[in-house]
Amino acid sequence: MSSTATPASPENTDASASGSDDSSDRELQNAVIRFAGNSQDGIQSIGAFLAKLAGRSAREVMTYMTIPSTIAGGPSIFQVHLGSGEVLSPGDEADFLFAFYQHSYDDHLNSLKDGGICIYDTDHVEEVKKDERGILHVGLPITSITVEAIGGSARDRGKNIMVLGLVAQIFQLSREKLSTLIEKQFGRKGEGVFRNAMLAFDAGYAYAVGDLLSGDFDLKEGTGAKEGKMTTDGNTALTYGLLAGGVRYGAGYPITPWSSIMELLRSELPKYGGLFVQAEDELAAVSLAMGMSFAGHLAITGSSGPGLSLKMEALSYATMAELPLIIVNVQRGGPSTGLPTSVEQSDLMQAIYGSHGDSPRIVIAPRNVEDCFYVAVEACELAKKYSCPVIILTDQALATRIEAFKEPDLDSIVVEVKPDLSERPADWSPYPIDGATVHAPPGSPMAGGKYPVVTGLEHDEWGHPSGSPEVHSKMNARRREKIKKVADNIPLPKVCGEESGDTLIVGWGSTWGPIREATLRAQEKGLSVSSIHIRHVHPLANGLETIFDNFKDIVVVEMNDEGLYGNGQLATLLRARYCNPNIRSVCKTDGLNFKIKEILAGIDAGATATS
Amino acid sequence: MSAIVEAPEPKKLTKKMLTADHPTWCPGCGDFAVLAAFFKVLEKLQIPHEKICTIAGIGCSSRFPYFVNGHGIHYIHGRALPLASGVSLSRPDLHVFAFGGDGDGYSIGGNHLDHAARKNVNLTYVVMDNFVYGLTKKQTSPTSPVGYKSKTDPMGAVDQPINPMTKLVNGGATFVARTHATQVKHMMEVFQRAIEHPGFSVVEVLSECIIFYPGAFDEGNPRKGGEFNLIEEKQWDDTPEDEARHDVTNKSDAYAIACEEFPGRFGVFLEHDRPTKNQLEQRWIDSSMEKVGDATPKDLIAQRFEGMK
Repeated sequence: MSSTATPASPENTDASASGSDDSSDRELQNAVIRFAGNSQDGIQSIGAFLAKLAGRSAREVMTYMTIPSTIAGGPSIFQVHLGSGEVLSPGDEADFLFAFYQHSYDDHLNSLKDGGICIYDTDHVEEVKKDERGILHVGLPITSITVEAIGGSARDRGKNIMVLGLVAQIFQLSREKLSTLIEKQFGRKGEGVFRNAMLAFDAGYAYAVGDLLSGDFDLKEGTGAKEGKMTTDGNTALTYGLLAGGVRYGAGYPITPWSSIMELLRSELPKYGGLFVQAEDELAAVSLAMGMSFAGHLAITGSSGPGLSLKMEALSYATMAELPLIIVNVQRGGPSTGLPTSVEQSDLMQAIYGSHGDSPRIVIAPRNVEDCFYVAVEACELAKKYSCPVIILTDQALATRIEAFKEPDLDSIVVEVKPDLSERPADWSPYPIDGATVHAPPGSPMAGGKYPVVTGLEHDEWGHPSGSPEVHSKMNARRREKIKKVADNIPLPKVCGEESGDTLIVGWGSTWGPIREATLRAQEKGLSVSSIHIRHVHPLANGLETIFDNFKDIVVVEMNDEGLYGNGQLATLLRARYCNPNIRSVCKTDGLNFKIKEILAGIDAGATATS
Repeated sequence: MSAIVEAPEPKKLTKKMLTADHPTWCPGCGDFAVLAAFFKVLEKLQIPHEKICTIAGIGCSSRFPYFVNGHGIHYIHGRALPLASGVSLSRPDLHVFAFGGDGDGYSIGGNHLDHAARKNVNLTYVVMDNFVYGLTKKQTSPTSPVGYKSKTDPMGAVDQPINPMTKLVNGGATFVARTHATQVKHMMEVFQRAIEHPGFSVVEVLSECIIFYPGAFDEGNPRKGGEFNLIEEKQWDDTPEDEARHDVTNKSDAYAIACEEFPGRFGVFLEHDRPTKNQLEQRWIDSSMEKVGDATPKDLIAQRFEGMK
């Protein structure tokens, strides 16, 4: 029902009968449901329940939320895209809108597709535009039903769960599975809490809303494996990737949307015998992590845009001293405090070039929630292998949205990293000209009796400070070549679609889903459009030019500004690297994920220009 | 924390083994005496050679790690303490020493000093305070007195200087002492007590820059006509004289001494026990690991994933 597939639409009652006895049931492949209310209404938890349910029903799911940057209160939305087919984006337009207040209604009616369904709370929404775009309006006293169901002093708390019951009824979702999830969530808070939640749920579940909608919808379960799917958000997936990759120590400073990673590491690491330290500022955070790395551990620090800027001096130290360090940057809207709770991809250049001096480092970007886990694991491997800083460039959208994915095969992934305190031979050198850097952490006996001092001054292969012009050139080359070598093991990105044609869409980071969906849609329309996704943004994979050469128009889609010279950040890099004039940009900075139609419009503009 | 394999018993540590490159300090610099005193104390305490870890930021005195033959790290300006905290908190088996000057410690790194102190991270920090920026050649430092003429204050410094001693006492450091680079015996005594103290121990050393601020500390040097007045510590011997002596566990008395006019007094201002951050975190780690039992990291992650289904 969403943009990906072309199944039944809700207002078209005779389309695609599900084969059930109830002929008013309409079978759906996909549904985009938006809940609009205030942040204290718990609408995120409706979304979280639906996402978990999806994972348990072999459905695909992707969520999208906005939270106000105020401490409590303020308008908030949660959008859930459920589907039995592939779900690649949170959905351009909603099929259903649940509006809790007049402002929710006024602000989000335009997010509904033509002929969509708006269910609103008659206790709060008074003015509705019944004749707009064929939208079916259904008014329910959501607040009073909840108050009546729970009674007592709960006031309207619980209306989120009531709405969940409503949704379960409309979409024929399993009451049994949902009540298990509700029990899991509320059970430990006491029996009363769980009972009230179920009272609210059943009030919604039993409400005869089907009559108003002239029938229910049957959101099909997926046909894939029902076992092993888990649902979580990007920051959580990334954190467990770090733990699986062997990170046991780290430090950070609170900043949205990075904080949930540090909070989780802080409470998880002690169970692994490790420690995460909350530092007094970003400079201390990166320095604590550097100290842990110097001490022989695989250490992590992280932040969001402004905090990454503060860490830059230390990051170039890590390059110079060749110490392994993982840095997570959860991008948000900038510059400065900018849009702290919105998505943007404007830290790419900062991540690659942000420090003083020539300080090459590795930058990788996850494409979806699942990939957050694997990118974190890979960052751990790369940091150890190349003894250098590795930046994970994720973003606000990935950080907070929920997706369902197959449980990773932990047996083949989880590693333990211990400090190597073995005795170093007399001829040991930390920076052999032709070999890999192997740091000797304090505690390692030195057979030759000479101990190393790690330094940020230019130094020779034994780590001795040196101002010699020859040494500086040689060591700069060493640090550069080391990072270039990383590219030898990076696979070329797979082309989605034909290997040659008119248009190649190029993306990186969280735009993967919308780009893939746009590509598939364009291909359905018979257009010659393919796409690739760049996961390793620095260094780039070897041979990307061979892909680019097969297309007439190369459109780099990214959520950052076109800059002074008309190109986004990755497009600028690719143009500089490959000198291919067919590379151009489709950029935007509205703080929102790319819509499919925006990408399609961007390709069209190019087609017009090149034809 | 992670199990660390203990190294075999090392041979006896000598000053010769600890000596590295000849310091690049100017002849006559006070820091030479600090280095010599440090060697002698290490020799006396027989700390295993490979467990010695010296850490510094940027400045003349921050070159210290190069002159000690031991594991060391010469880090960026002002951030020696957070780096040293990272080493101390993740490697309880090491002896962590941070060195630096007044610019590194009280100006660009001033915030970190307060936080390392309040957290009571287990390490020893020696500040070679010379009241001037030496490496960058004579700019006003946070401890330069009002009226001091420098390249950035040609008419004389106008900003009130930081009093490191009140800052340290107030910040929550559990061992705070002050000494003078010309008083090597005193310096050694204080260093030893600082090293043996569990927690964040700081020694402020008046260490003269003979190029840019000669004579800065003559008032504390008897050979230059000054007075090296010591803090008399309580002996707890029930004598009438003991009444007047300083109780090193008393923070407000320490603060009062810290407020005395320059050159003030030397010795231990404060020495009291408070659980270190290392101990408090280890307590949490131990109880967490006890709850976890035999579960491996893989089991722990798998358990979490189960809850996400």
